[in-house]
Amino acid sequence: MALSSGADRGSHSMDKSITLPPDEIFRNLENAKRFAIDIGGSLTKLAYYSTVQHKVAKVRSFDHSAKETEGDPLYEISVQEEITARLHFIKFENAYIETCLDFIKDHLVNTETKVIKATGGGAHKFKDLIEKKLKLKVDKEDEMTCLIKGCNFVLKNIPHEAFVYAKHADSEFRFQNTHPDIFPYLLINIGSGVSIVKVEAEDKFERIGGSSIGGGTFWGLGALLTKTKRFDELLQLASKGQHTNVDMLVKDIYGGAYGSLGLTGDLIASSFGKSATTDKEFSKEDMAKSLLHMISNDIGQLACLYAKLHNLTRVYFGGFFIRGHPVTMHTITYSINFFTKGEVQALFLRHEGYLGAIGAFLKGAEEDNPNQYSWGENYAGSSGLMSVSPELNPVQRARSGTFDMLEMDRLERQLVNLPLLQDPTSYIPDTVDLTEDVLAREYWLYCFEEALDGVVKRAIASQKDQPKAVERAEKFRQKYRHKLQTLRHQPFAYGSLTVRSLLDTREHCLNEFNFPDPYSKIKQKENDMALKYYLKVVKSVEELSWEQRQFTLVKGLLAGNVFDWGAKAVSDVLESDPEFGFEQAKLQLQERPWLVDAYNQWIERLKGPPHKCALFFVDNSGIDIILGVFPFIRELLIRGTEVVLASNSGPALNDVTNSELQILTERIAAMDPVIHTALKEDRLALVQNGSSSPCLDLSRLDKVLATVVRERGTDLVIIEGMGRAIHTNYYAMLSCESLKLAVIKNSWLAERLGGKIFSVVFKYEVPSNIREIKS
Amino acid sequence: MKLKCSSKPAFPWFGMDIGGSLVKLVYFEPKDITAEEEQEEVENLKSIRRYLTSNTAYGKTGVRDVHLELRNLTICGRTGNLHFIRFPTAAMHRFIQMGRDKHFSSLHTTLCATGGGAYKFENDFRTMADLELLKLDELDCLIQGLLYIDSVGFNGHPECYYFENPSDTQNCIKRPCCLDNLFPMLLVNIGSGVSILAVYAKDDYKRVTGSSLGGGTFLGLCCLLTGCETFEEALEMASKGDSTNVDKLVKDIYGGDYQRFGLQGSAVASSFGHMMSKEKRESISKEDLARATLVTITNNIGSIARMCAVNEKIERVVFVGNFLRINTVSTKLLAYAMDFWSKGQLRALFLEHEGYFGAVGAFLELLKSSDDA
Repeated sequence: MALSSGADRGSHSMDKSITLPPDEIFRNLENAKRFAIDIGGSLTKLAYYSTVQHKVAKVRSFDHSAKETEGDPLYEISVQEEITARLHFIKFENAYIETCLDFIKDHLVNTETKVIKATGGGAHKFKDLIEKKLKLKVDKEDEMTCLIKGCNFVLKNIPHEAFVYAKHADSEFRFQNTHPDIFPYLLINIGSGVSIVKVEAEDKFERIGGSSIGGGTFWGLGALLTKTKRFDELLQLASKGQHTNVDMLVKDIYGGAYGSLGLTGDLIASSFGKSATTDKEFSKEDMAKSLLHMISNDIGQLACLYAKLHNLTRVYFGGFFIRGHPVTMHTITYSINFFTKGEVQALFLRHEGYLGAIGAFLKGAEEDNPNQYSWGENYAGSSGLMSVSPELNPVQRARSGTFDMLEMDRLERQLVNLPLLQDPTSYIPDTVDLTEDVLAREYWLYCFEEALDGVVKRAIASQKDQPKAVERAEKFRQKYRHKLQTLRHQPFAYGSLTVRSLLDTREHCLNEFNFPDPYSKIKQKENDMALKYYLKVVKSVEELSWEQRQFTLVKGLLAGNVFDWGAKAVSDVLESDPEFGFEQAKLQLQERPWLVDAYNQWIERLKGPPHKCALFFVDNSGIDIILGVFPFIRELLIRGTEVVLASNSGPALNDVTNSELQILTERIAAMDPVIHTALKEDRLALVQNGSSSPCLDLSRLDKVLATVVRERGTDLVIIEGMGRAIHTNYYAMLSCESLKLAVIKNSWLAERLGGKIFSVVFKYEVPSNIREIKS
Repeated sequence: MKLKCSSKPAFPWFGMDIGGSLVKLVYFEPKDITAEEEQEEVENLKSIRRYLTSNTAYGKTGVRDVHLELRNLTICGRTGNLHFIRFPTAAMHRFIQMGRDKHFSSLHTTLCATGGGAYKFENDFRTMADLELLKLDELDCLIQGLLYIDSVGFNGHPECYYFENPSDTQNCIKRPCCLDNLFPMLLVNIGSGVSILAVYAKDDYKRVTGSSLGGGTFLGLCCLLTGCETFEEALEMASKGDSTNVDKLVKDIYGGDYQRFGLQGSAVASSFGHMMSKEKRESISKEDLARATLVTITNNIGSIARMCAVNEKIERVVFVGNFLRINTVSTKLLAYAMDFWSKGQLRALFLEHEGYFGAVGAFLELLKSSDDA
């Protein structure tokens, strides 16, 4: 049964004051509405919907009817206020309920709100208090329904939500890919009792079984046996005990293993089997450990029996018994492995504690249709997964006075898989998992910390005339540095740590302090400059022979990609030597043969029939897009291939955004009849990718993009740049031909790949089924 | 069930099952001894026979379950009584010493033993008493012993019984029954731990799973929680207690039934759930704790057994093992659990000789082995 209620945790002497300023916990209360609360045996989870007003950089084309004068910028950049939706979830100890309710009441402006959805065993106990304090009507929702709704929501919207726990592995948490279809699954909720729920669809679930031996049994029996009152303390005791002093093992009966049945000697034959005597004293630790094993094994066994009966392999565990406790996650994992011989894995959830609150919130927000949108975890506003082991971080484990937060942003676009992924279930965007690769982790964390000064400087420079820019930039620095420090100790805090997540976290933190686009002016300047050379580059290419032209175009694409403020080695050069030109970049490039060199195969392919449609994931603005990408796609268009340019929906570093690309394309079309005609005939299309990241997750792309890709019969995907083709997608398998190209602008990474800085990766891949048809 | 015995093994005829907590011993007392035989019978043998049959208790802890004795049994052409004796495994060394003192090794009999102790104590038997054990697999013995006893019956009555109206505490009555065909059956053996077997035929079975929450857990926890010392004492306490003072019921949380999931208010939501509260911990009795322990363990076994039965598609669930000895609280609870949760699909069956089938199986092997010889 999923009854998290349980008896009240004795209110031990604890400082009731809140350690964080409450306005940093209950953020955006001014516009908050649709409150929901989940009160468990010891923790309260509050949820609300709010709107966030934040600055966004907008670009607008000047009216070109007026005569252009030399030196006028290409387009206008303005910073505007934009309102976006955000979900706030806050977790705190029940001891703070009153303080928190008072704070909320004082800051609640929105008067439309009349009810608060409530769930959890403690909901009825605090009903009067909530109604009195907040003047809101408490509307109770079924606990299990909320739990399932919340579970579906996090599984759908948070990549790396689920993980496997491996106590002795290098990284204790092994995060799972987001499966495109989350159903069906089994949820084992271990509250005071155990509920086993089979979930088949968003609103289709059934409690198929349960057990009365659960967290309440561990707590209640444990308290009787050890005279220890608190659940956390019982777990602590258990982690120090030796169960073999209390349990009767197979070897205690057999003297060794029971060979014919394959039962090892260390297997527990009878829990507490040795304690049936009065002549011996047993230590608290040993009894607690034995109890923990008994209950975990029992639950694991039942879970396996139900999983087998219903033929389910995805089994998630939750409830207060689990809730991030490494001790119980370990014993449950062990038990599941034992009983299923590895066929079923025990899965845990990063935001397990929030499921009830999320579900209750969703119940209350049904008219807003939150499930129709895609949501993304905001790394800046979320606390991340707590410390691993009680030994490492006793303070955090005790959770006294700590508030845990989860914030989710409503994404403007609905996100779906790229239809061209060979196997969406096994697709992993990131090339290196820094949670597992210790050396790489250390390097990248160092690298991002080193680059922080530069980012702060750039942020200030981008808003010279804006109020409090220096102060905000300083706050950004503190926040991001703190995130980096947290990740150093807890690399698993937000799922697998990757270069992508480090970059995204930085973008989230910049946005948090209203630096929506620190590179806007640089991008503007570079775009401007590059446009002036466009025709010259195109002309010089046209004069070449076919073979020479193809090579020059590819080299141009690569040289353009050298211009990247995201890479430290390059931003150093760019900052010190603004004259660093396109031609010079070409000189910097590695001579063929490149580090990865499939150029010959690519040329052979080009000698064949043209592609139907190429999807190009573009990278940087300025020289990269204008002098590299455009001449290249121009050639494709001339060959008769349709082109779809996919660019970022929002700004990230100096990457070209969709709105910038619209303007640039217009300007190029005005100069170049090839582009002009292609646009007019809709053979060149611009789409946004739905992301604001310098990297690329092909499993979370704008739905419109997916439609366009399908409708146009896309048969070639080009991915450009380190962020999109190296840090992510290097190993991505597509169902059509693909080009992945980048210049390695980081000497550490280049060395790792076996090359030097400015090494070239030119990867041309043809899936085997297509290759067979061709030959 | 017929046993093929062309040549009779030498007396004494024993079968032994050395478990984690208890040693079970069956002894065949021949009643058809001729005068000639009597004369030839060595003194040792006579003294063993007299010792075992004239006492009902041996030492401080050995007990003969007189009520289980099978009389006038004819095996391998001999007629006699089968006696059922048990003592704690902790007394094993004293037993071996007795074997040495009574010069058991001089009798040239094979000592057939099963259970984990057959392996664990093999060397002690050899070095202390110069006795060689014939070690036998415990699950083989369990099934052979069970089938044999079921076939010979219990002194003219059926060995097997069930409960009529298991879901109605007022009208729940024990009823003996004869089964024409036992197969397939799910055999749940509750000793210190639990083993669950799916048995399809005499020689066709598999171990489905097991659980460490068994009789040993009940007694172990009871000793820790109440300070009691024996199984009998623990059961006595449990019979007087009320588990609802200790367990949290569905109605304690929802005020009634949890209708969304069709759970009755009287169902246990959390075993020992009330014990999370200090006040409740101070208000309960030892009897309540013993009862709650018994109910928790029993319900859990019922739950696992039921799931196995469904997974294996078997409708007959036979519960055996010494945990069920003098334990009507558990037998009735298991009968109820099988019936209620399966909506009448499953039937719980019990056997009078609960924990002795392994020993009987070992005893049968003795007769068979001499046949081979």
